Amino acid sequence: MRNSEKNIIFGLYDDEEDLKSAIRTANADHLQIMDVLTPFPVHGLDPLLGLAESRLHIGGFVYGMLGTLTAFLGMTWIFTRDWPQIYGGKPYWPILSFVPITFELTVLFASIGMVVTFYVINGQGPGIKNPVIHPSITDDKFCIAFDTDGLENTQVDKLRHFFQNTGASLVETKTI
Amino acid sequence: MGSGPTSPIREPLVKGNKTYHQITEDLCSPTERAPSKAWTLAFIVALTALTFGVICIIITIWVGIGTWRLNRTIGWGWDITNFVWWIGIGHAGTLISAILLLFRQKWRTGVNRAAEAMTIFAVICAALFPMIHVGRIWVVFYFFPYPNTRGPLWPNFNSPLLWDLFAISTYFTVSLLFWYTGLVPDFATVRDRAKGFRKKMYTFLAFGWTGAAKHWQRHEALSLVLAGLATPLVLSVHTIVSFDFATSVIPGWHTTIFPPYFVAGAIFSGFAMVQTLMVITRKVLNLQDYITLGHIESMNKVILVTGTIVGVAYLTELFIAWYSGYIYEQFAFFNRALGPYWWSYFGMMTCNVLSPQLFWSKKIRRNVTMTFFMSIFVNIGMWFERFVIIATTLARDYLPSSWSFYVPSIVEVGIYIGTLGIFFTFYLIFVRVAPVVAIAEIKHILKSAGDQYSKPNAKTTFQQVESGSMELEVAGHDTHHDHH
Repeated sequence: MRNSEKNIIFGLYDDEEDLKSAIRTANADHLQIMDVLTPFPVHGLDPLLGLAESRLHIGGFVYGMLGTLTAFLGMTWIFTRDWPQIYGGKPYWPILSFVPITFELTVLFASIGMVVTFYVINGQGPGIKNPVIHPSITDDKFCIAFDTDGLENTQVDKLRHFFQNTGASLVETKTI
Repeated sequence: MGSGPTSPIREPLVKGNKTYHQITEDLCSPTERAPSKAWTLAFIVALTALTFGVICIIITIWVGIGTWRLNRTIGWGWDITNFVWWIGIGHAGTLISAILLLFRQKWRTGVNRAAEAMTIFAVICAALFPMIHVGRIWVVFYFFPYPNTRGPLWPNFNSPLLWDLFAISTYFTVSLLFWYTGLVPDFATVRDRAKGFRKKMYTFLAFGWTGAAKHWQRHEALSLVLAGLATPLVLSVHTIVSFDFATSVIPGWHTTIFPPYFVAGAIFSGFAMVQTLMVITRKVLNLQDYITLGHIESMNKVILVTGTIVGVAYLTELFIAWYSGYIYEQFAFFNRALGPYWWSYFGMMTCNVLSPQLFWSKKIRRNVTMTFFMSIFVNIGMWFERFVIIATTLARDYLPSSWSFYVPSIVEVGIYIGTLGIFFTFYLIFVRVAPVVAIAEIKHILKSAGDQYSKPNAKTTFQQVESGSMELEVAGHDTHHDHH
């Protein structure tokens, strides 16, 4: 899926606590981490990596409001403008009767919208192949990866030392 | 959720001193082995039932609804009974995955994946009934309000039947999205172990998941909001199903107690079905370390609570019928208990109200065999409940000259058996293809709920530090930095 290839060096840790202390060391040494990959969501990583809170829920709110408006305005237009009908003596614009469908479409739009947005911004989707740095990352290893493009050999050696000093169980270079 | 101190009185949720790798092995291996004899046999039985059901559905569509024994005044029989029963069963999955997520109940991680799968398959079975019940399935898309050349002719937005359509389609879609989003990281785990064709298949299914920190952050945000949306959704679905009855003018149906009563009944029957499946699944796939007796006990407690709510609802109905002084309402309940279908009323009372009371005993709550039989009882009882509400009530119209009786035809029975076949066929395929227990979620709770980290062989201790906050010390690890 990507056109440009990237050279990386990565290290695998056996435990999330080792990973977190390694990230702290990297931050103290001003090393530019490319990505951290883990088999499950490790709490406490976001502040260490400087990741801002996800704005996905704001998207969810917007999609939900879109659903609310679609349902409510749609039913209003149909029952008052397009084809007004009297059902059992009820008014043309029975707001209370619109509540269930309005609620359902709010939930439907918010859910579909959020899930689609989630995969699009992650660069994921049916059949999409993203490079797998190491097969153990989805099993039991915690990975820190550095981008080595444009780095001199001494700088790469410094990263290698960093991994050795912080207790990585495996250090490798790779082109992804 | 994963970090933070766990009280030492909590029972461990992951047993057997597991490591992260061992969890992967245990939970992925069922998808990697050749199917066992028991699985193959069960699959053949399920597929046979499915085939029988499909034949009966084809007969219904080909010949017409006349192949059923619906009559005046019994216009709803086994079809709607089965519809409500299946929809109810679906509710446990969303309750476990969404409501228990919001309540931070960690025991949900052992059973949520299978329960959500069950929800999806149950809703498929349920949705089948309204579609074939309308008789002309080829114009079933008329249900949906879309700009058309028929006038334009729109559906009636005042009708609970239309609300039901929206509720069930939304429920199915949201459950499917929630379930699949949870599955993606686990499919990636299976992908990274697989070879050959399986590798290709799981690469497709895993959507290119890598496990990046930002992706996990978004994944958790998405799961939490979806849980927040699914919680009122699941309550709304059975509420709206109950509106199908409660907004009518049939004595015994038009009661305001119906929405909470239906929701409680739905969760009750749903948990019973989860128990039926889990008791077998944990044994056959050897998952006793992940679906522990503690999990089974927790679910039995939910069954006890919701069963008792249902019991209170039954008694409230009887009391209100008497107290209202309204003879038609009184007759409706007299007829349920002592009319031609008295046996279904007593089946319902015994299975739903009396039998769950056994779960007051801790010994019975933690007994797997008892749990299995109780879960079957509850499912039978909840089927009877819907039959009592629908057929029994309709059998006695306002005029005695219109009174009638209803026995299902072989086609109706066949369709019901067919939906059981569909349900179990899908479930059996699911346990072969996907990890039945959520791998990433189990790893996530391991450090707080694994048995080597909590009772009985705990290495964790609580220390009251000077600031007054609780800190957790895990042997060999320094976690102080996490508690900013």
